[in-house]
Amino acid sequence: MNLWYTENHSPNVRFSLEVEEHIYTGKSDFQKIDILQTLEFGRILTLDGLVMCTEKDEFIYHEMITHVALATNPAIKKVLVIGAGDGGTIRELTAYPTIEQIDMVEIDKMVVDVCREFLPQTASKLDDPRVNLYFEDGLKFVRRIENDYDLIIVDSTDPFGPGEGLFTKEFYGNCYKALKEDGILVNQHESPFYAEDALGMRKAHQKIVGFFPVCKVYQFHMPTYPSGHWLFGFASKKFDPILDLDATAWNDLDLKTRYYNTDIHVGSFALPNYVKEQLKDVE
Amino acid sequence: MTNFLQQKVPIMEALNQYKSMRVVPFDVPGHKRGRGNPELAAFLGEQCLSMDVNSMKPLDNLCHPVSVIKEAEELAAQAFNAKHAFFMVNGTTSAVQAMIMTACKAGDKIIMPRNVHRSAINALILSGAVPVYVNPGVHSELGIALGMALKDVKEAILEHKDAKAILINNPTYYGICSDLQALTDLAHQHDMLVLVDEAHGTHFYFGDNLPASAMSVGADMASVSMHKSGGSLTQSSFLLINNDVSEGYTRQIINLTQTTSGSYLLLSSLDISRRNLALNGKEIFQKVAEMAYYTRTEINKIGGYYAYSKELINGDTIFDFDVTKLSVDTRDIGLAGIEVYDILRDEYDIQIEFGDIGNILAYISVGDRHLDLERLVAALAEIKRRYSQDKNSVFIHEYIRPQVALTPQEAFYAPKQKLPISESAGYISSEFVMCYPPGIPILAPGERITEEILDFIQYSKDKGCFLTGTEDSDIANINVLKEFVE
Repeated sequence: MNLWYTENHSPNVRFSLEVEEHIYTGKSDFQKIDILQTLEFGRILTLDGLVMCTEKDEFIYHEMITHVALATNPAIKKVLVIGAGDGGTIRELTAYPTIEQIDMVEIDKMVVDVCREFLPQTASKLDDPRVNLYFEDGLKFVRRIENDYDLIIVDSTDPFGPGEGLFTKEFYGNCYKALKEDGILVNQHESPFYAEDALGMRKAHQKIVGFFPVCKVYQFHMPTYPSGHWLFGFASKKFDPILDLDATAWNDLDLKTRYYNTDIHVGSFALPNYVKEQLKDVE
Repeated sequence: MTNFLQQKVPIMEALNQYKSMRVVPFDVPGHKRGRGNPELAAFLGEQCLSMDVNSMKPLDNLCHPVSVIKEAEELAAQAFNAKHAFFMVNGTTSAVQAMIMTACKAGDKIIMPRNVHRSAINALILSGAVPVYVNPGVHSELGIALGMALKDVKEAILEHKDAKAILINNPTYYGICSDLQALTDLAHQHDMLVLVDEAHGTHFYFGDNLPASAMSVGADMASVSMHKSGGSLTQSSFLLINNDVSEGYTRQIINLTQTTSGSYLLLSSLDISRRNLALNGKEIFQKVAEMAYYTRTEINKIGGYYAYSKELINGDTIFDFDVTKLSVDTRDIGLAGIEVYDILRDEYDIQIEFGDIGNILAYISVGDRHLDLERLVAALAEIKRRYSQDKNSVFIHEYIRPQVALTPQEAFYAPKQKLPISESAGYISSEFVMCYPPGIPILAPGERITEEILDFIQYSKDKGCFLTGTEDSDIANINVLKEFVE
């Protein structure tokens, strides 16, 4: 038996994982959902045949999408998370006793159901009493909100398929409106490396810069994502992620993390020249 | 039984059969199934080019159908409850022109609302028929032209008993319908033919709870844009005839201007789309109406926009409303429809059907996805947040009643002179001026130019409307009649 899962990382590059067992397959109204047991990366979740999350490297993504904003503004109390069906982002947020409310808006309930059943590693905190789950279109949800959240995290899939609306100017503009006057927006910002991902990155950046006075991009190392080099966007109405970082305060919280630390926090905003140039081109 | 027959797609079946025979082509088109033009074949797809073939015995001939096209036309006629359906490959424009030219000879009168599409007035230039315009009703708040009032049509008919036909929009671009049954009965009492421009009404034949279709009320001819709500390729259309209209004579009229090389891409798209509508149309348009309803409700929740619907119905000039249309009045956010139209495209990558001074129209179809509707609503909310201004900044022009001095044909061919448009007030125009879309003339040949019209043209230009119609492509000059007509 020689079973391999293969994903195209570019039209000319493939990435393969040896599979022990195909645990689950299903089709929701929005996408195809699969859970595979792999030898190297443990359980993995794929949507429409693309890796979203693996047991072995999800900590990198989920720590970096949450802690950077919370270390910049420890007073964050009300958070909106859009997407994030696997629950990993929620798990990280619930570690902060200071957060009072987490609203999670995921368009596809089936992803959450499947992750609750097969990926308890990430879905474990979805039942935290501070968490409210909404199964609807993120763009629709945020459209009705004004001046309400301290932090919005856009933990989306790629800019095609069901996540398409979360890479649009109307979405970022509505997020701006939904944030309080010192609000922060962190978004999945694609990758600078392969052409198709880089186009997504540039377009996302171009659409966000128009709205927020502070608009930065930070990087992290994600082994199962195309090229391994991935980005998040940090946009804010007031806080600068480096100038306003209170490293002592965050370290005093004594949270256990495996990737994030306050040195990485600062360092992740240092970008390679080819990335800087691409971002500058669209500013 | 009907459904069983409607399963057939004679043109598509004949094309598939022909392809499977691997016939060696020593006929046109010269690209020879795409082999002679690899770049085009790569761009459009090999299957597409292999279906781009010439008329021949097994595939019939559009100018004189005797086999598969004839059969396909009969199936279309059955699907639309018409006596006969003609496959049209030069747009609904050609269908509208064929209707008018079938009904009227030079000098014959035809009663029509002034807010017709340019294709109808073009037909008057070609045929020499004489228009008797009925001013459409105008909505006092929205400022849009409506349907024709029954009373106005009655007056026109009594004043012009020699008119040969009446032309009716069903619906208008905005989705507004006149009382088609009453107008048809009235015209028939006076022995006039009823011609219906259903460029925006294909779905009336298939959906539930939609306005009446031309054939259902016994109208004589109808032009149906299958390529709009019907799903066929751009430029393909049906001309339907009913009652005593002669199939042979109508075909002769069509053949006056129609290509002798009818495209099988267009013809097969009509055939396939007709089958789809006949079998699935009810569900399709139910879904479209639901999507339009949802989007309309959400847009109205934003505030400042008015997405209108059946509440406008007044029993006469708005006898019915097409709920699949998403027309939105934008003036309360202080932006002209055309400005919202431009911002949607330039800032949000959303292309809608058209924007005029007071309104936008987003075309909803079975091809839409829910997430795209959300994008449209969210973008409109953002446009309001970011761009709205004093609502008095949009100046609504009332419908301008045209002063008709000459027939369109007389004016178009009369000796003329070129004037700067700003100095043309008082003269008779020899040509059209219109915003496109929607393609409804602000000024048609034979109409007197007034200061009011010039103001409206300038205002439309300033707001960003795309003006067309004059010989001068910049619309800086206009051709007017040399002779001054009182």
